[in-house]
Amino acid sequence: MNICIGGAAGDGIETMAGILEKTLQRSGFHVYSMRDFMSRIRGGHNFAQIRFGEEPVTAHIDALDILIAYDLRSYEEHQARLKPEGLLLADPQLGIEDKRLLPVALKTLAKESGSARTIGVVCIGALAKLLGLELDTAKAVLKESLPEKLLEMNITAIEKGYDSVEKKHALVSPKVEGQILLTGAEALSMGAIAGGLRFYSAYPMSPATSILNFVTAHAEEFSLAVEQAEDEIAAINMALGASFAGAKAMVGTSGGGFALMVEALGLAGIAELPVVIVDVQRPGPATGLPTRTEQSDLLFTCFASQGEFPRMVIAVRNHADAFYQTARAMQLAHKYQIPVLVLSDQYLADSAATVEPFDVKKAASSVKPLEQEAVDPADYLRYKITDSGISPMLVPGKTEALVRSDSDEHTEDGTITESAEVRVQMVDKRARKLDLLAEELLEPEYVGSKEPEVLLIGFGTTHNAIAEAVSVLNKRGVSIGALSFGDIYPLPTKELKRYWSKAKAVYSVEQNATAQLARLVRMETGLSVDQSVLKYDGRQLSVDDIVHGLEAFGTVKEVSK
Amino acid sequence: MSNGVFHCSETAWCPGCGNFDIVNTLTGVLDDLKLKPSELLLVGGIGQAAKLNQYVNANGFSGLHGRALPAAAAAKMVNEKLTVIVDTGDGDSYGEGGNHFLHNIRRNVDITHFAHDNQIYGLTKGQTSPTSDPCSEDRTGACNLSKPFNPLMIALAAGATFVARSFSGNKEHLAKTMKAAIQHKGYALVDILQPCVSFNKVNTFGYYKEHTYELEEGYDKTDLQTAVLRSMEYGPKIPIGILYQVQKPTYHQQRPAIYDGTLMVDKQLSEKKLEALLAKYA
Repeated sequence: MNICIGGAAGDGIETMAGILEKTLQRSGFHVYSMRDFMSRIRGGHNFAQIRFGEEPVTAHIDALDILIAYDLRSYEEHQARLKPEGLLLADPQLGIEDKRLLPVALKTLAKESGSARTIGVVCIGALAKLLGLELDTAKAVLKESLPEKLLEMNITAIEKGYDSVEKKHALVSPKVEGQILLTGAEALSMGAIAGGLRFYSAYPMSPATSILNFVTAHAEEFSLAVEQAEDEIAAINMALGASFAGAKAMVGTSGGGFALMVEALGLAGIAELPVVIVDVQRPGPATGLPTRTEQSDLLFTCFASQGEFPRMVIAVRNHADAFYQTARAMQLAHKYQIPVLVLSDQYLADSAATVEPFDVKKAASSVKPLEQEAVDPADYLRYKITDSGISPMLVPGKTEALVRSDSDEHTEDGTITESAEVRVQMVDKRARKLDLLAEELLEPEYVGSKEPEVLLIGFGTTHNAIAEAVSVLNKRGVSIGALSFGDIYPLPTKELKRYWSKAKAVYSVEQNATAQLARLVRMETGLSVDQSVLKYDGRQLSVDDIVHGLEAFGTVKEVSK
Repeated sequence: MSNGVFHCSETAWCPGCGNFDIVNTLTGVLDDLKLKPSELLLVGGIGQAAKLNQYVNANGFSGLHGRALPAAAAAKMVNEKLTVIVDTGDGDSYGEGGNHFLHNIRRNVDITHFAHDNQIYGLTKGQTSPTSDPCSEDRTGACNLSKPFNPLMIALAAGATFVARSFSGNKEHLAKTMKAAIQHKGYALVDILQPCVSFNKVNTFGYYKEHTYELEEGYDKTDLQTAVLRSMEYGPKIPIGILYQVQKPTYHQQRPAIYDGTLMVDKQLSEKKLEALLAKYA
């Protein structure tokens, strides 16, 4: 079942979707939900799309079973996607003429309940009846989600909604138990905490603000130093100061904020200060589409900053990745004393999914710590030249050792130098860290046919849609598989080369206009994709987009014959 | 050069530079305060003054131009036992770092900021700084066609709890002002007038000696209006001393639930708490 709820900003779509998702989860369904919001507080057009079912659902699709339209614009925007046998739930006052319309006097019922603002809850009541859900489950969620003083009118509203329609479906819930329902931003934030986060600084910027809100709300609970900085330059320089002083630090922003952080990214590189930088991507350049999604910061994050230094970029693929990989990023940054960039995007940050509960212990110990020799504070060298390139890192104030860091090139004790010899030694020392890191890079995840004729490559949050598209095509008899990258820079190439050598055609599937993954792969391996399925309208690639994109190349049909 | 534990090593400053008086006075004050080098963190941005932390026997962080304050404030947030002092120039403090200057005052983190104010850009060889004097007909060298920046008045307006000015050539005054600033609980700014012997031919040692005067005995440093008026005094007569000092809750004191006595760097993840939080999403 695929439900779309559309209305204006300020209509309470977010709240309603949250209650509906929770009700579906509690009813025992797998749920996947996305948000499509405009950059405004009132008016315009926003929608939430909730997909749920008996089988795990991990991506969104286009075709709708139910459309709930609060206003005419929502109907006009989405009616074409509503199946012929689908159901349109709307107020008759809107004057919509459509065979699929189930008119419910939403506004009247809401007002009768005590407030026009209960309209969303009236809808939930109606949906519960239509879908055959237990009304008590929905009521229990309402009780958890709403303040006491609003509860009574909302209980009235949900009952009025429930009584306003007849049962249409008798959905059988698989009674899935034990799953958790959360957004990508929540998963990522908790992953950072699992990874040992102690200091977080950020300047509010969509779509990364939800991380700042989350860690602020939980700062006392987890003893986190959280600071809203005056700008992104301050945010990252604070994080580096905290990191120098011994705290595991992270910053979160979107592309524009990351652009401001770039000089300090280089400082993290030369001063070897561990830091995690989360870029929740949105379409650029400049302000771009502030509340929408894109994967166009890949090459920017891989190569940003003057000078040369080791870094790592991890693209998180889904909610589980957001949790585990952010925890891993915190630990890798610390182990290698490098900046680690985590690429997420608006789509993942704002979408909610039911997933298997996360294993905190596993996340907290996902990186094998470095075996370090004991350090004698008396002759401590912060930037000691070592075989691994990793030097001992002491917390200032904890021992008699003096810790010095410098954005200038420096000697082993951290003192500014212009020595040609030391310069080369230090550049090489820093670069050597990548040799060790290479041993623990994660190869891309593979899904699909055992020896695919068509190979797709993708990265980050398109993973779930790519996996489902591959599954759809496999069922149609197409020999196809996909490699989906999480660790993306340095680029792990073993599996890539192995699958590539046997495939007849290779396509990249990306949420950007210039096929940045394909370019990165060509740069690192010399291999060139045949074509790319690209989307850059700010709306996330759906399963259908991928299937249709491949059909347009012709190759898929040929292979399927 | 100080003979104490904070001895100053060989520097890259020009002979006669005001920075020598500042670093020597500072190391003397630090010895006086009986601090251990490992308990001190000196932070700088980029510039001649910002190199100070390189020359003193202590923990040191030389970050980016203009960005000393955010790094210093955050280091203090997570590692409260460190005495954190920023030594950096007027360009770093008020130009490139202007936004951080404003907002770190509002935070009132317990750090000390010594702004070496030579009213010129030294390391880049003589350009106008935010605090360069206004241009006049007979003025030679770098001067401000834009209105000069008044760091003390701005610090007062932003809510600073310790605002002072001193002069590198008046070592006794500098020492007592530095000491008071370090001992102050909260953000303390000392704008230190300092000659640049290579590029500033107007605001020389002699110039500052002639124009500065110490705030009178009985000056009420707790009165904001008086302080604002005195901060506007600049030109033929330049007041030096603590213009304003009051005690307000520091950054840490305002967040007792988070900064509860255990250093942030010593805190550990509670796996149980995180598991409990995750369970709420069931």
